[in-house]
Amino acid sequence: MANFAKPSAPRFSVEVYQNEFLPEGGRDVHAIVTVTSTGGATATRAAVPAQGGAAVVIMVDCSGSMEYPPDKMRGAREATAAAIDTLRDGTAFAVVAGTHVAKEVYPGQGRLATAGPETRAQAKEALRGLSAGGGTAIGTWLRLADGLFRQSPAAIRHGILLTDGRNEHEDPAVLRATLDACAGRFTCDARGVGTDWEVKEVTGIASTLLGTADIVADPAHLAEDFTRMMGNAMGKEVADVALRLWTPVGVEIQYVKQVAPAVRDLTDRRTPAGPRAGDYPTGSWGDESREYHVCVRVPGAAVGQEMLAARATLMLPGAPGEPPSVLAQGLVRAVWTTDLAASTAINAQVAHYTGQAELAQAIQQGLEARKLGDVDGATAKLGRAVQLASASGNADTAKLLAKVVDVVDAAAGTVRLKAKVADADEMTLETRSTQTVRVKKT
Amino acid sequence: MAEPAGGRPRATAVGAPYRPDPETGEPGGSGGYAEAGAARGGRSFAASASEHPGAHAGNAGDAGGREHADGEDRDRPAVVPQPGGASGYGVAAAPGWGSTAAAAPTLVEDSAGWSADGDPVPDPGAAPPPQPPQAAAAGRYDPPAPQGDGAKTCVACRAGRVDTDGYCEHCGHAQPRERDHLEEELGSVAAVSDRGLRHHRNEDSFAVAATALSDGSAATVAIVCDGVSSASRPDDASAAAAAAANEALLEALPRGAHPQEAMHEAILAAAAAVNALAPEVSGAQNAPACTLVGAVVSGGLLTIGWVGDSRAYWIPDDRAALPRRLTEDDSWAAQMVAAGLMGEAEAYADVRAHAITGWLGADAYELEPHTASFKPDHDGVVVVCTDGLWNYAESARDMAQVLPEDAAARPLHSAQVLVGHALDGGGHDNVTVAVVPFTAPPNPDSDPGSGSGPNPADPARNPGADAQAEPQAEADPRTQA
Repeated sequence: MANFAKPSAPRFSVEVYQNEFLPEGGRDVHAIVTVTSTGGATATRAAVPAQGGAAVVIMVDCSGSMEYPPDKMRGAREATAAAIDTLRDGTAFAVVAGTHVAKEVYPGQGRLATAGPETRAQAKEALRGLSAGGGTAIGTWLRLADGLFRQSPAAIRHGILLTDGRNEHEDPAVLRATLDACAGRFTCDARGVGTDWEVKEVTGIASTLLGTADIVADPAHLAEDFTRMMGNAMGKEVADVALRLWTPVGVEIQYVKQVAPAVRDLTDRRTPAGPRAGDYPTGSWGDESREYHVCVRVPGAAVGQEMLAARATLMLPGAPGEPPSVLAQGLVRAVWTTDLAASTAINAQVAHYTGQAELAQAIQQGLEARKLGDVDGATAKLGRAVQLASASGNADTAKLLAKVVDVVDAAAGTVRLKAKVADADEMTLETRSTQTVRVKKT
Repeated sequence: MAEPAGGRPRATAVGAPYRPDPETGEPGGSGGYAEAGAARGGRSFAASASEHPGAHAGNAGDAGGREHADGEDRDRPAVVPQPGGASGYGVAAAPGWGSTAAAAPTLVEDSAGWSADGDPVPDPGAAPPPQPPQAAAAGRYDPPAPQGDGAKTCVACRAGRVDTDGYCEHCGHAQPRERDHLEEELGSVAAVSDRGLRHHRNEDSFAVAATALSDGSAATVAIVCDGVSSASRPDDASAAAAAAANEALLEALPRGAHPQEAMHEAILAAAAAVNALAPEVSGAQNAPACTLVGAVVSGGLLTIGWVGDSRAYWIPDDRAALPRRLTEDDSWAAQMVAAGLMGEAEAYADVRAHAITGWLGADAYELEPHTASFKPDHDGVVVVCTDGLWNYAESARDMAQVLPEDAAARPLHSAQVLVGHALDGGGHDNVTVAVVPFTAPPNPDSDPGSGSGPNPADPARNPGADAQAEPQAEADPRTQA
């Protein structure tokens, strides 16, 4: 485990939870890799910015629909002001107004301002000029933000994006390509205000840019949400951390998923990092803990054999010209045994997060079936979701589900679809379907 | 691998051949063969009573061996525990060997124990001076030749280097660990421990040592431990127990403690060492645990001690004489049989048969160290082993057949042969054995013909059987015959 020279920098630890025992002929190895960073500035309240500081760009939807109803635009203005107030002194920042094109609101001329009493006041003054009008092309907003971030040496580069509608004035492929280009350049939280936006667009932005996604159905709650979001961004101290997986010859990686605090499939996000090693992006870290489910397929081996199935290493990129440093590492092992009691046991963490991932999938499939009018399919999937949420103690998701279905028997997963469901409830459930809970303390 | 009672069934029990002792040719009926009875009056695992009614006689657990047991004895309540010795230790009152034509039991419990009369003071001349230790720990796998940068090459693929965690950087395979195969020879004693063929690590451990008693005579110590696989860190438990017991004996014996007392204290010390491995958090489960069996040979006295299902066997150099098991397992099956609740065949066929009922560890119900001392009047070797060996040579007779004839002269070779026997049989468990030669003190009254002409087939004419009719617990065998 690396110990940064800077005393306020967080320390990382990696723990691996698995049942390493395989039966004769067993090949699939599952492990939950828990990464925890502690002792950073958030914990000590030292508020020492990360190396190179932090840069934040706030992207506010100013499309015409933001005036219908007008409290959306008002809420967005207030929320942006609240976020600016939350900026730590010294943070580089900018505000972008987004429509079918992107415009700099503050400070302008392709620059970033440095947060301080004066610039905060100027920025808030500039927000008065925000008005609704035009279409929605989110890719243009992101490309402008990316250009602004390129002016900054900040290690932590974070965007906050608010939209109220669908990405109607841009080819989905263009947004996709923009997201892929921005991935690794900066992280971004995405929020949908109201109920006229597309859940998959917002969650897709957050997922690709390693941020959070959520719904703010009532614009009155925007300021509160933006304050919290900016607070989290200010808590980040280490950027561009990668989860590196090394596997021996013959071992195939089945999947790599973040499973807590939310499910995020990283399998296809691998970038090669030397022989038989690949890096999976995890974004920036403050004081927090995340869990990853790693599944690999190993070659068969004789009973009594033991092998390293994967080595999970947390990597921090070095300064230009310097090699990356190892923050922490853990080992995923495979041991073949004839002891059936050992090989058939399922590790509690693996079981839990397998269930949480299935819960997210069941919700998404159930809502999809419901939209398509497949009542039986929707009932089965959402019933399974209720069962999983109940069994795993995911109370938040259980509450959201109860707004979409009438729960007859949670333990058995027996539900009836509600005849009438508010759009906000359905979108909230879909947006938050990937939120997971930790293993219940027994 | 050992399993505590109440834990899951041992996987190894499934595949490990259980080999009943045919018992043919062994003295029956008169109690002359009390293989299992060192301290508890059990009996051999072997055949059913209906087939060999006589075979169980005398194994029925009667403390003095006075009764001629018959088939009904097995239904009696158990005589389970520790006959009280003069000092409160378990001086077993099982009868002597009765294995030769000699007119006296040739091996009796050293009942005098370490009690007040201070008996056994061995003749200093009887034992050779301690030999300089010649320890040698050798791996089955020769360490690969270091490469230029000092990294080792993988033994599995021969292509990759071995990383600092002990895995190949190419194929990922774990490299042999030091404990996978250990051998040690200390002149008068040798031990071999092997991972076996089906387990991924060696959870057995041993310690052997040579020391001197307070009078300067030589003493040999062998400790063998088997980690409980269903507990956490069984390998640490067995290593800690073996080291602590050995250390305790090496401290107590030169100080003049009676070997049996020293053994009792050593087991307590081993238990404390294993307990210390348990996490201090309350309610922690599966505290590290292990079995222990130990032997001390010192000037004509053979002392053993054990907890769990690891065993000690006495194998006379004269193979015509009767071998004997000296320990009684703390196991579910042994308890069922001892309690008369089940016949052996039924008990040992049960899935719980090998669950152990005694072990060292923080979650042990109640620690009951078993100890016993013997004064064999003939030479032999003590085979101290884990179930990884005795699963493939269960009865004393089987063990004697596997043990090379020259075991006393070549203890290391003999230990290797025994481990090889277990591996040839399947090596389902870790295998550990210590071979401790025992030289009987010279007996001036001994009939030169003694020890020859065993007559196992006719117990009625076996003087040893008569001798066993009386408890020999108080006798000093050196004055007999």
